[in-house]
Formats: sequence, C-alpha cells, structure tokens
Amino acid sequence: MSATGSPLLRPRLLGRATVNAVVAISVLYTLLPVLWLVLAAAKSRDALFGSDLLSLSDFSFARNLTDLFAMDGGLYGRWYVNSLLYAVLGAAVGALVSVACGYAFDKYRFRHKEKLFGLVLAAVMVPQTVLALPLYLMASEAGLVNTFWAVFIPVLFNPFGVYLGRIFSQGYVPDEVLEAARIDGAGELTMYARVALRMLGPGLVTVFLFQLTAIWNNFFLPMVMLSDQDLYPVSLGLYAWNSSASVSPEYYPVVIMGSLLAVVPLILAFVLLQRFWRSGLTAGAVK
Amino acid sequence: MTATTEHTVRVPAPRTAAPSARTRRTARRRRLGAAGVLMAPFFLLLTTVFLIPVGTAAYLSFYSDDQPGLGFGPERTVFVGLRSYAAVLTDPTFLGGLGTVALYCLIYIPLMVAGALLLALLLDSGVVRLRAFAQLGLFLPHAVPGIIAALIWLYLYTPGISPVVDLFARADITIDFLGVHTVLPSIVNIALWSNLGYNTVVFYAALQAVPREVIEAAVVDGAGPVRTALQVKTPLVRASIVMVAMFTLIWSLQLFTEPMLLSQSSPMINSRFSPSMYIYDAAFTRNNYGLAAAASVVLLLCTIALSYGVTRFTSRNSTAEEAR
Repeated sequence: MSATGSPLLRPRLLGRATVNAVVAISVLYTLLPVLWLVLAAAKSRDALFGSDLLSLSDFSFARNLTDLFAMDGGLYGRWYVNSLLYAVLGAAVGALVSVACGYAFDKYRFRHKEKLFGLVLAAVMVPQTVLALPLYLMASEAGLVNTFWAVFIPVLFNPFGVYLGRIFSQGYVPDEVLEAARIDGAGELTMYARVALRMLGPGLVTVFLFQLTAIWNNFFLPMVMLSDQDLYPVSLGLYAWNSSASVSPEYYPVVIMGSLLAVVPLILAFVLLQRFWRSGLTAGAVK
Repeated sequence: MTATTEHTVRVPAPRTAAPSARTRRTARRRRLGAAGVLMAPFFLLLTTVFLIPVGTAAYLSFYSDDQPGLGFGPERTVFVGLRSYAAVLTDPTFLGGLGTVALYCLIYIPLMVAGALLLALLLDSGVVRLRAFAQLGLFLPHAVPGIIAALIWLYLYTPGISPVVDLFARADITIDFLGVHTVLPSIVNIALWSNLGYNTVVFYAALQAVPREVIEAAVVDGAGPVRTALQVKTPLVRASIVMVAMFTLIWSLQLFTEPMLLSQSSPMINSRFSPSMYIYDAAFTRNNYGLAAAASVVLLLCTIALSYGVTRFTSRNSTAEEAR
C-alpha cells in the first residue's frame, strides 16, 4: 500500500491485473456450464450431436419445449408440480417448525436445555443415507411407501434451521420487548405469534430458502420411497429419463430442456429474496 | 388459548405489589408450557424421522432374516451379533468405497476451502471490478440442483455432445473424463463447481464483518496486501473456515448423487462406488437389511469420528494461538 514511487507502481498494477484475471476465470468457470445448458436447450437432437454450439441454424427451443411437456403423456408437468409442492409447502412448514423451536431454545430456560440442543446439532451431522433404510421400513409399516407423505414428512425435519432460529432469535428479538409484552398481559404464545414472529421474519425467510434449496435438490429419499412415476419430483424424473436416453436418444433434448426449467424456480427465489438470505449466510459463521 | 385468558386476569398483580411466590411459580409453569408447545412439533419430527430410524438402523445391524433349514417354513428374524459388521468390514467393495470417499475428501475439501477463501480474499481486497456481478456469477451454481449439475457435467464430459471434449480434440488431445483415473477428479469437479461460489460468498460475508480498524492497523504496520490477507484477515474468519470445512466434510462422506448419475454412462462407476451407494445397493437391490444397516452404522460412526476430529483439531489450534 506504500507504493507511491514509480518503481513500485508496476507490480501493483500487475497484481491488480492478476487478481482480476483469477476472479474472471473463476466466474467463467461457474457461468459457462449454465450458458451451455441454455444454448443446448435450443438445439434439436441432431444439432446437439454435431454442429457448432453457437450456430443458430437449428434453433428449436420452442419445439424442445413442447416435446418436453408432451413426452410420456406430460409427465414432466406433473413432476414440476410435485417438486413445487414438496419444496414450497415443505420449506414453509419446516421453517415455521424449526424457527419456533429455535426461538424457544433462546428465550426459555428449562432443564437439560443444552443437552437437547446438542442432540439437535448432532442431527445435522447424520448422513441421510443412514436414515433411508429405516425410514423406508417405517413407511412401509405405516402403508406410506409410494405416497406423497413418504417424501413430504421427512423433509420437514431441519435441525440446522433450529440452530439458525436460535441465533436469529438472539439477534432480532430483544428480551426487553418480550418483557414489555408480558407486562401488557400478552400470553406467551400470542406474544410469539404477534410480536416475535414478525421480528424473526428475515430469519424465517433465510431458513425457508435453505430448506427450499435442500428439498428441491432432494434425490435420495424420493428414489428410495417412490416407484410411481406420477409422484416423482423433477430431480428423480430427469434421472430416470437420462437413463433411458442411452437407449433412446430422443430423450436427450427433453432432459436438457427439463434441466433448464428446473433451475428457474431457485434462481427466482434467490433473486427475489436476496436481501434476506445474505444476512442469513453469515449468521451461522459469525457466532 | 386458555392460557391467554388466564393471564389477562392475573396480570395486574405484579404491578401493584411484589409478585408472590405462587404467581411466580405459575408464570414459570406457563412459560414452560409455551416452550413445550413451540418445541413439540420439531421434537415430534426429531423422534420419528431421526431418533427412531437411527435406533432401527442400530437394531437391524444385529439381526438378520434367516431362511430356516431347507427353505421351508416362514422366514424368521434372528440375532446374529456382529456378523453383519464382520461381513461389511471384510467386504472389499465396501472398503473400496470407503477408500474412494477418503480420496475424494482429500482432493475435494482442501481445494474447496482454499479456492473459496482465495476468491473471497480477492473480492475483499477492493481491486476487483464488477464485484457484485462476480459474486452473483460465482453464486449461480448454488441454484442448480445437484442432480442437474451432474447432468450438465455428464454431457460436458461426453464425447460428441461436449464442446470441451471437442476443443481438446481439435488440439489433438484425447481426453476421457470418465476413465479409470479421471472419473474421481471429474466428480470432484462437479462438487467444486456446485459449491465454490456459495462458500466464497460465506467467506466474503465473514470478511466484511472484520473490523476495518484491524486491517488499517496492519497496513500502518507495513503489512502488504498479501500479508494482510493471509496473516490478519484469514485468522479472523477462522470460525467460518471451520464451519465450511465441517459441512463440506459431512456432505462429502454422503457422496451419492453425482456418482449415481455418472454410473449410467461410465462403466468405471459400479453400484458400490461409495459407502452410500453400497448401502442403497445392499438395502434395495440385494434386500440384505442387516448388511445395509451395519454399513449405515459404520458410515455414521466414521462421520461422527471425523467431525469430532475436525472440531478438536481446530479448537486445539485456536487455544495454541491464543496462548501465543
């Protein structure tokens, strides 16, 4: 930083150029595959396998789109609705459940509190694959295998959301406000619903977004639980179609187009809810 | 709702006089009740989709469905002790899977942590142009579901479709991204692509929270930008580094989605490539629940041991640093 003399100026400029080059290459690395997906989605099957990626001679975006929704009797549309149901409903309910629990961990004192919280944190570590077989057996016992609930109930569980909820509650809900509400005669639960939940809003959105991403990404659990293609989420459906593609290549363009469409909701969610999750990202780290 | 009405009746008491022991006790009970209501849904979930399954996995690992004698009569579940564990731990395909994941972690985690930290430090150095755009661009893959990231890269690895393979071919380089030695780095690349930007943003946010005075003091003391970055800023965001390393480790040990998808196209990936794939194969292809459960417990114990190791290692380091 003390580079005021001209001999020192040159390495600084060089440094600047290197820094910008490294960042630019990294951004290209993350962006180009997505760009490829966009370009490839506009290719017909033959063009996909042969021609130049950038040539627009075979522009068949619209055809691929109609093919996608017509394939196998419109399965893709079903998968998309399923994914939205699993993810949006699941994340909304899951976030409410986790944040309420995190709030209680922060604001109330009771015996063995830290031990219970330790259990919650331990649950973050446990691999999903470990739980899959017992969950499958339990679901089959309850007659829930191959139903909506077999996927929906387990994804509600979000121990990391409880951890975040506790931190947000510490940060956003001052104890004085709660005391004041108590003196005004508010019941504990009304107070949570009317006062605390509003202050926890940004935290709630962050937990929702984390969980939305996780459920939209979910692949293993549906694979274990579902055999009825009508119940598949997009992730599992595309997996199934891709495995058919090696035998019947007409699946390639629809898999690519389907992948492109499957990316859209999360991008929308991240862009629309940007100002919330940015604060949430550090919450776990700064503590 | 009854609690609410009760409360409204009782409220004026603490205002007029010091609260009696009795009111304090009921207030405390009411608070405990509220805590219970707020926590109940989560703990109900914790019990049904976490505690009972973990218990069931442990239980199953000690039992087996044995066919009696000549295959006549009903199947029965018998206690087999550690037999399933012995079977898992002597199964070369399971040990091979563990080895694969260990190697994957050794390549992936350092690359991820160092790469994300480097990018975050560069973004934080203040000389990067279009910083907001760079952050968004880096973050974009986080919005791409894992299976679709794997699909995109599978196509980018496939000769005939891939412009990357094409480019190499034009330079007379034949490269098989799904060959014996390249398949693991190819999987690492998919994971790196998916998560690099997310972790960069985590680190960058943590760096932004570093007090500016600390950095100015370092500059006044004559530290150059590189030294400031490595010796002043990096230690201050250690909490984030540990957290990212932990989560990356936990996720890496579960390696499943990417190899599962690539196995559709690469003979180099068999159905027991990673421990998670082994569990899936044992449980749902071979229907050997005892074996799958034992493998699950082993994977769980490995995860706990390694996570514990990471936290111990880093906390020891931090106490050593504070002592200095």
